Amino acid sequence: MSSAFSAINTIQPLHRTIDNPSVSPFLGSTHKLRSFPACNRAPSASWIRRRFSIVAVSDVVKQQKTKSGSSLSNLLITKEEGLELYEDMVLGRSFEDMCAQMYYRGKMFGFVHLYNGQEAVSTGFIKLLTKEDCIVSTYRDHVHALSKGVPARQVMSELFGKTTGCCRGQGGSMHMFSEEYNVLGGFAFIGEGIPVSTGAAFTSKYRREVLKEANSDQVTLAFFGDGTCNNGQFFECLNMAALWKLPIVFVVENNLWAIGMSHLRATSDPEIWKKGPAFGMPGVHIDGMDVLKVREVAKEAVERARRGEGPTLIECETYRFRGHSLADPDELRDPAEKAHYATRDPIAALKKYMIENKLVNEAELKAIDKKIDEVVEDAVEFADASPHPVRSQLLENVFADPKGFGIGPDGRYRCEDPKFTEGTAHV
Amino acid sequence: MWGIIRQKVGAGGFPVPILEQSLPRLRPAVSAWRRYSSAAKEMTVRDALNSALDEEMSADPKVFLMGEEVGEYQGAYKISKGLLEKYGPDRVLDTPITEAGFAGIGVGAAYYGLRPIVEFMTFNFSMQAIDHIINSAAKSNYMSAGQINVPIVFRGPNGAAAGVGAQHSQCYAAWFGACPGLKVLAPYSSEDARGLLKAAIRDPDPVVFLENELLYGESFPISAEALDSSFCLPIGKAKIEREGKDVTITAFSKMVGYALKAAEILAKEGISAERFVTKQVINLRSIRPLDTATINASVRKTNRLVTVEEGFPQHGVGAEICTSVIEESFIYLDAPVERIAGADVPMPYAANLERMAVPQVEDIVCAVKRACYRSVPMTATA
Repeated sequence: MSSAFSAINTIQPLHRTIDNPSVSPFLGSTHKLRSFPACNRAPSASWIRRRFSIVAVSDVVKQQKTKSGSSLSNLLITKEEGLELYEDMVLGRSFEDMCAQMYYRGKMFGFVHLYNGQEAVSTGFIKLLTKEDCIVSTYRDHVHALSKGVPARQVMSELFGKTTGCCRGQGGSMHMFSEEYNVLGGFAFIGEGIPVSTGAAFTSKYRREVLKEANSDQVTLAFFGDGTCNNGQFFECLNMAALWKLPIVFVVENNLWAIGMSHLRATSDPEIWKKGPAFGMPGVHIDGMDVLKVREVAKEAVERARRGEGPTLIECETYRFRGHSLADPDELRDPAEKAHYATRDPIAALKKYMIENKLVNEAELKAIDKKIDEVVEDAVEFADASPHPVRSQLLENVFADPKGFGIGPDGRYRCEDPKFTEGTAHV
Repeated sequence: MWGIIRQKVGAGGFPVPILEQSLPRLRPAVSAWRRYSSAAKEMTVRDALNSALDEEMSADPKVFLMGEEVGEYQGAYKISKGLLEKYGPDRVLDTPITEAGFAGIGVGAAYYGLRPIVEFMTFNFSMQAIDHIINSAAKSNYMSAGQINVPIVFRGPNGAAAGVGAQHSQCYAAWFGACPGLKVLAPYSSEDARGLLKAAIRDPDPVVFLENELLYGESFPISAEALDSSFCLPIGKAKIEREGKDVTITAFSKMVGYALKAAEILAKEGISAERFVTKQVINLRSIRPLDTATINASVRKTNRLVTVEEGFPQHGVGAEICTSVIEESFIYLDAPVERIAGADVPMPYAANLERMAVPQVEDIVCAVKRACYRSVPMTATA
């Protein structure tokens, strides 16, 4: 595959052909939707597009040269970076597999949405961030939280509903919050996280320009799926983020399916990256199963945002190997499609790349696998051994200030300040 | 007709806030006041809100205002007049017409450390953003177990205006008041407006601040303490606007004015009747948390209760007050609780129909008389 960016600046017209499926088609290999006699099916002809076309490329990127030879540039990562990426993706995969096991054993309950197969997106983006940068995600947020640095023990405890969880058991699978690592949620409503992430980006900019904090250049990443891209809040925020040039990157994890609703059936124009330029920001489409490509594009987008040049919309074509949630029987997806994407497993691809390019050897990768297994086992044991929340915890944390008078600048309740009642307390 | 009113705050064990010192203060009834040139300063609710916003924005640079038309238009109802010139477009933001988007942006900014004030042109438009008010603002402190608090204020006019039709006239006090994690305030006078808005902006939790368009232009006397830049009223405390011993009337926002007028009418009539009916009018100020302590203490004194609100009757604020009083002070009640609310219909446009759909002073007078076993069995209007 050619390098991530090409010099193409125009939007190519769509064209449909049903031959030559070996040309890597847009939207994976779904040539035909599985036919259901009773349903009125969407067009069964395949949509074959050009490989990713990019619009509005920055100058830095235009200077990147197309590298010949292997599909991934030889110098894209160092050994340390490679091991870091591998470890993070294996952590995500093992953790999610363990979640499935725990769910079927009854330790985890409710709605659990697993991220298997999409690890390249999380690792590729989040490993480029600092601790102060924020991420906002959807209900499929375990791996985003893990990549951002929330310890596996805390995430597992949260899923078990124990008081040692990152939200003391009050949030659950879909609501992972961490103030320390700037994970601003975990939202169940699709599209809800997009305005929240835009607000966090607004805060970075406000801090720099109004509060004059010179080093306030935190970037926010918003992760959401293909179904969300039909939601009104998405467009409202694309508009405002571009209007106010906010330091945000909108990451679409297009896994082609919203529960059982295929992206093609739900969207008038399925090419989500095109919606970016309509609002005045670059729209990029990348292969989300290749962590190195994701990382390259992510680097550029994050740096663009940090420099103050505004938002970017990045559509990562990816796939979830499991159903929408652990309660989803996953009957609507074509087994051939699943098999195709299984061959493009991001972890296997990275492993192959690193070994072929002699960055690591098998033994080192096996050592990482073993280490991660131990981390995940330890997380389960920790969560198992942790106590359930006490009864009094039910009514806690509804308000930051339950007494209602407000908290003063010194952090104490105002009503305890005698001057407050005399009307002479200062703001 | 005026009398000496001592203002008290309910039983609660809290330190008595500023205004409620036990100085007897002359407080003439509103109608008589205007003929009397007194030395007390007067301020409209609009100016009170504007001054509160101004002072809070100047005290804390993290406070910013955003909404439709708040900047160059000086505010859809001129509440934010002059703020754009003073603080610049970085702190007074004119947004596109995207309630869900900008309410969410406010919530995200509050998550990450700022103190936004989000203005809705009317709370009817908040329905487009209600997901963010409830799901990402109200519930976040709980879902994150205290890690992420949301110091945001959602403000705007609530309830019926004059002739604006069904989609611009709903009262949202009951809907927002039902949701844990929100604080819901409904000021009446200028002093309420100033004190409660300042408290709301300084509060570390999400506050829904329900103003009333028809009150914006009304003037109220305002004391020197209320004009102080540190003046704040406590959230969760009702105010007894007028003392009395025969019946308790609870109201909020515009209905407090109507209840006070009804009290006037009854007081005049009472002179000629065999018994002097005095009403204790409680201005709720805070819908959530509801000051049930003050209400119950008052009902235990007067033994009769009339609740007044502008919103729809079913599942309304009055229903909640009635049940809370029955739960706590049942044996003290001498008559069934009278609940006055708006008509159970979307607001009609025609002026006479609109008048019938919103409680009027005569309705309150009739309800009080019914509660006191007087002779009028039905309300004045159908």
